[in-house]
Amino acid sequence: MSTTLSKSQSPSGNPLGGAEAKRSPLIRLQHLLHAQATIGPAVVLLVSVVVFALLSERFLTPGNISLILQQVAVVGTLAVGQTIVILTAGIDLSCGAIMVLTSIVMAKVAADTGLPGLPALLLGFVVGTLCGLLNGLLVTRLKLPPFIVTLGTLNVFFALNLWYSASATIRGTDMPSLLLWTGQTINLGGTRITYGSIMMVVLVAAMAFALKNTAWGRHVYATGDDAEASRLSGIRTGRVLLSVYATAGAVYAFSAWVLIGRIASASPQAGQLDNLDSITAVVIGGTSLFGGRGAIVGSLIGALIVGVFRNGLALAGVDVLWQTMAVGVLIIVAVSLDQWIRKVKA
Amino acid sequence: MTTPVLQARGLVKRYGRVTALAGADLELMPGEILAVIGDNGAGKSSLIKALSGAVVPDEGEILVDGRPVSFGSPIDARKAGIETVHQSLAVSPSLDIAANLFLGRERRRPGVLGTVFRMLDRNGMRDEARRQLDGLGIMTIQNPGQAVETLSGGQRQAVAVARAAAFGSRVVIMDEPTAALGVRESRAVLDLVLQVRDRGLPVILISHNMPHVFEVADRIHIQRLGRRKAVVDPKTISMSDAVAIMTGAMEPPDVSMGMS
Repeated sequence: MSTTLSKSQSPSGNPLGGAEAKRSPLIRLQHLLHAQATIGPAVVLLVSVVVFALLSERFLTPGNISLILQQVAVVGTLAVGQTIVILTAGIDLSCGAIMVLTSIVMAKVAADTGLPGLPALLLGFVVGTLCGLLNGLLVTRLKLPPFIVTLGTLNVFFALNLWYSASATIRGTDMPSLLLWTGQTINLGGTRITYGSIMMVVLVAAMAFALKNTAWGRHVYATGDDAEASRLSGIRTGRVLLSVYATAGAVYAFSAWVLIGRIASASPQAGQLDNLDSITAVVIGGTSLFGGRGAIVGSLIGALIVGVFRNGLALAGVDVLWQTMAVGVLIIVAVSLDQWIRKVKA
Repeated sequence: MTTPVLQARGLVKRYGRVTALAGADLELMPGEILAVIGDNGAGKSSLIKALSGAVVPDEGEILVDGRPVSFGSPIDARKAGIETVHQSLAVSPSLDIAANLFLGRERRRPGVLGTVFRMLDRNGMRDEARRQLDGLGIMTIQNPGQAVETLSGGQRQAVAVARAAAFGSRVVIMDEPTAALGVRESRAVLDLVLQVRDRGLPVILISHNMPHVFEVADRIHIQRLGRRKAVVDPKTISMSDAVAIMTGAMEPPDVSMGMS
């Protein structure tokens, strides 16, 4: 990659003026992707949908679309929380563990004590938020790297989950129906969509709104971009980080609810690798691991890309191991692309 | 005698065994450009950080319009009307110009959209950003919606200066505003400094660049070994004498100006 622009070649006129020079198509593409990080993933999703639809006529059937959306809903909601953490240049390895712990708390409290659905659900949200808050406190107060904090709490939360559940699955028939509601479907234009899938879309929309249109959202981006600059600009970066981790925890409680509906039970062994899958979705969706750049819609698209790849390759009769390899290649391509985009020059 | 707009008395700041400020004083008078010069390690940055709330001094006091204040964070200094252009600029590269101008003090939309949904007044902030940039003659930044990272070094500097000038009601502090710039860009930023002063805002200018200092400063504060060594008049002292005082090669003249 070579950039022909440099200060010495900037055009005449006010030296503080914009340097609008000739750009090669490649540089223009780089600028476009730089300005609109979700364009890349959106194109990949569209192309893959077209390709898989050509490969298998079953791919675009309502039943299959519904299946993909169901498969994506858990990771897609986790990715909402994961995105805001990654936007602050953090990472959350504990998201799957928080989700599982929360789902066990919701289900087991209700099954053991006969607590009705709504309080059980709210209790789950309290637990999820507290778990996120603990991550946030460790990151902001002890100043530990998020990777280490969440690697530690991943194990702590998972152990708590095994202890509280006694490693036993809680059957759906023992729970209030509200907890299973996310697995129910409604008919939308001939396609049966679960409420869990709809909840994912609503969560994505709400978070996208908050990131784009509120001061909090801007502070999340600014803190991830340059924490010291943000502090000097009068942003209370500690508070921003704390709110991000706590909010992410609350979002994972939504994932727990979706998970219960999806598997019609609460299993202490469910979603073991969902933490990595959520990171995959965020990264493929164009959000930078270095913070400050990306969008929540991209993460939804990223989750959909993974879902479409796995589903489409399976329909085309490709072995599971190649599906996994395809996802691996996607991750590396996405991060390489991000590195390139970040080198954009004025 | 007029009251200094901003005054520091006996500031001390230690980092472990290193003493960055050893009882530093400073006075900024209304409507002036006070340059602060000093060798590396003289305590310029620590002095400026204390005045802008970025660090809390161990001892000493800061007075704004003669009243003692204590800055626990940059937010406190901002509330007192002191805006700082840090050497690092403290801009967020991925956000656009308008967002950076209003970073940390965003405006919300009126009505329910603002109070309940906490929606930002994007258009209002963009218009205001446009006005501020125009007001400082930085017309050539076409679009306040442009991301700061797509700007040149001088343009970024202009954004940081515009932010300080827009919100500073008492003092603007600029830390090495020309250090990373070429000749033409430096020229433009120095013009900005003069414009800010001409709007009536006193400016503290920290710089290593003696020609720049002597060109724009009304008085020069010479910092040495964590203290104020002298305050000199750029019209009566030579550049080489100022440097000599700064490096300790020469004692300051008997009558230094403006020292109480």
